[in-house]
Amino acid sequence: MVSTRSISVTPGSLTYSDLPWIIEHREDRCTLCGRCTSVCPKEAIHLSHMRQRVPKLDVFSKKRGSDYRNFTGIRQRTTMANSCIGCGMCSMVCPNDAIVAVPGTNENRTLFFENQKGEPNKRGGRRNEQGATLLDRIMFNRISMLTDPALDAGRHEFSITTTLGRVLSPEDYLDHKINGGWIPPTREIFPFVIGSMSFGALSPNMWLGLLQGVAYCNEVLGIPVVMCTGEGGCPPWVLRSPYLKYIILQIASGYFGWDEIIRAIPEMQCDPAAIEIKYGQGAKPGDGGLLMWYKVSKLIARLRGVPEGVDLPSPPVHQTLYSIEESVMKMIQTLSTAFNHKVPVYPKISASTSAKSVLNNLVRNPYAAGLMVDGIDGGTGAAYNVSLDATGHPVASCIRECYLDLAAQGMQNEIPIFAAGGIGKNGNVAQNGMALIMLGASGVHIGKYIMQATAGCLGNEKNRCNVCNVGICPKGITSQNPKLYRRLDPDLVAERVADTFMSIKTEVKKIMAPLGRSQSLPIGMSDALGIADKDAAERLEIKYVC
Amino acid sequence: MCRLALKTANETFSPYEVLTAMEAMKEGYDGSGLGLLLRGIEFEDFKYNPRFPILSGIAHTEKAWQHLTSYMEDRGYELKYDHRYHMGPNLIKAEDRFRYFLRAYRMPERFRDKGAEEREEEMMKTRLALRKIGEVHNDLTIFSFWPDVVMIKEVGWPMQVGDALCLHDGQIKSRVCMAQGRQNTNYGINLYACHPFFIQGIATMTNGENTAFVPIKEWLLGKKFPGYVGYHSDSEVFAHILHYTLKQLKLPLEAYKHVITPLSTTELEKHPQGDFLKGLRDVCRRLIIDGPNAVIGTLPDETCLLVMDQKKLRPAIVGGHEGTWAIASEICGVDAMIPDRDPTLDFQPMREHTVIVPPDRKELTIWSQHDPFPLPQAA
Repeated sequence: MVSTRSISVTPGSLTYSDLPWIIEHREDRCTLCGRCTSVCPKEAIHLSHMRQRVPKLDVFSKKRGSDYRNFTGIRQRTTMANSCIGCGMCSMVCPNDAIVAVPGTNENRTLFFENQKGEPNKRGGRRNEQGATLLDRIMFNRISMLTDPALDAGRHEFSITTTLGRVLSPEDYLDHKINGGWIPPTREIFPFVIGSMSFGALSPNMWLGLLQGVAYCNEVLGIPVVMCTGEGGCPPWVLRSPYLKYIILQIASGYFGWDEIIRAIPEMQCDPAAIEIKYGQGAKPGDGGLLMWYKVSKLIARLRGVPEGVDLPSPPVHQTLYSIEESVMKMIQTLSTAFNHKVPVYPKISASTSAKSVLNNLVRNPYAAGLMVDGIDGGTGAAYNVSLDATGHPVASCIRECYLDLAAQGMQNEIPIFAAGGIGKNGNVAQNGMALIMLGASGVHIGKYIMQATAGCLGNEKNRCNVCNVGICPKGITSQNPKLYRRLDPDLVAERVADTFMSIKTEVKKIMAPLGRSQSLPIGMSDALGIADKDAAERLEIKYVC
Repeated sequence: MCRLALKTANETFSPYEVLTAMEAMKEGYDGSGLGLLLRGIEFEDFKYNPRFPILSGIAHTEKAWQHLTSYMEDRGYELKYDHRYHMGPNLIKAEDRFRYFLRAYRMPERFRDKGAEEREEEMMKTRLALRKIGEVHNDLTIFSFWPDVVMIKEVGWPMQVGDALCLHDGQIKSRVCMAQGRQNTNYGINLYACHPFFIQGIATMTNGENTAFVPIKEWLLGKKFPGYVGYHSDSEVFAHILHYTLKQLKLPLEAYKHVITPLSTTELEKHPQGDFLKGLRDVCRRLIIDGPNAVIGTLPDETCLLVMDQKKLRPAIVGGHEGTWAIASEICGVDAMIPDRDPTLDFQPMREHTVIVPPDRKELTIWSQHDPFPLPQAA
């Protein structure tokens, strides 16, 4: 039957209340300056002509009627391509508090239409799951009381660095020292590492701001923060600068950016902090990196050695991956050799029930400098929504299992385990990180938190913004469009990096002091942890408290 | 907190002297227990050959006592001397004390020509096997099995325990005596939790709590060394770390301080052997202690040592004169043990110090962590 066209409603038609975010606009405050419409990354709002009836009452002639007024106001678009993402840029730029985006309280019908042209929803951000995470619920409860009074976080000396790199057993160390054997390189770093966010995913200004901040933390504040590049190389000038020592270079299955790195090796002034080989990522386990065409600018294309404006999906596995022994062992060894065995090389994998087998393989590889495990709550610049939301493994139990496995072999000091994925998701970055450290991690990587804390990333677990993948980041953090990223002042980002790490350092001391710990990072100090959840306590082998 | 006292002298003395020092420091502990370790033993009624290992412990029942004697016979040990304490009446609160024993044995024939390492391993294994037997019915407690070492642990006030076992009457004398005046109350009350802790001739006692106990314990357990067991007390790891440093890594005594409280990176950068020590700190990172501690230890050659935690949060003082030295938590403790010394020469170690009383007892060695490390390979 031919459908009637008298009502302009199609299967895909939506109205405001169907959208996840609804624009509330106050016409009485609007001065039509146009700032909101021009800043909106989705063109979700537009100036529109509207007509209003004005009642007309002529008292003397006792006549009633209507007058009409035409005016220009703001309207929200209801198409999928232009649905509001709730970033709130409109409110931020409005000089008159005339506009705000509020979360729609109705069912979110856009969820059924996130497949336009047969393409499933892709986005940036994290798993959209709200509420306190397991890490948020862990308490530090072995408080030093009268037997060993608590320390003073403000006045006592604290040693809060961790070791990145393979550590020999004491017996082997002495043997190698006496007989001239190889002693694997290690780095003494701050246990909160800026996690891998690539030069393609982040804008040049964001990258510069982070690097400036990291250099300031190291050189002025004495906090040895390091940051990881993610896949996609590193700006050539950084490779040849003394700042390279603060950088962990990542190699992943696309090998993007490594031509530049290899060419720069002879000209490097110092060694990089480490090399991270990415085999998996918590946000999209079993899937390769993804840089969508929107973000492949001229600069990025040059750095990665690809044409401009093409999608850059990395394969899910490294091309040489036939078996863990061959690929992982050889790749680690090759990269270690490339840097003269003076740089720690470690793999990054997604948290998974199979993480322990990877770990046990690394234990037997003398070149493996550690293991980084990224949990399901990890962030990403671009991934399929289904991977983000549903694929993966929480990080806490995975880290705990790996640690206990190492402890059973007496190897827990030899291969440091780093954890990532959802640390600071609800702002409790130091608490989350220290909980993981006491469960057995040697340190943690934080990416999304850093974007939120240092550059004001607007993304959240209500799917706010989360458009990092398409290069329209309204803050200019994850865009390659100069019109957008020049909004971000690198100096201000650097200042926030310093603020953030100073504050984490103080909070770490505030956690350690009551536990009576100051001499070394309390890695594996599980006797200090408690949780009011019997199942979690049993699984993590920590105390159940209530 | 608890109080510690140690006396070492060229001439043997009664352990009661050290108990008087404990009495002088009585305000500092709760009378929940006493631990004593004696070295350089002299029995009043037996000419003791210091090659014979002495088994120290408590049999809580007659059955356990029979178990013990027959086990030792079966293992091939020949009893040379069985010490009987002159027991004071009703001074021990605990009721299940069938017999406090000190028994000197001759090693089994098969060890006659064996090297020191094998004999030491055998003695430790024997001690652990007996301890295991005792744990089945909780009726046998074994403190030590080592030549020239006697250990006593009991619940109660030190003086009271001393009176109960008539330690004042000169039946046992020694050249070294260490005493600690409190049960480990951080964890459960247990005779094994009482200091000093002993492993293969090495003994330590500590005050204060080691907050890094659990990760250190897990690491030591992972070493799968048969003697690294127990851990009824957080302080037991101090003895095991000392054992690991000296016996497993074969490092000199001075390395102990670098293992438990390493210097910071900035300090190590100025250190003549900073590179070696930074590496040592990394590989022994899991053995870094934490919390307020003063650690007093003794070695088989009668060397005594005292080290502080990195912040020096617990008191300890050493004083004496050639031939006789005392270490105690408080000055009044040293006064009680060596009243005739020059107190102006007393020394309170700081965070970087290791005080060593060498076996000749001529003078103290005060070694600072900032000093070069006495190890040829490290240079």
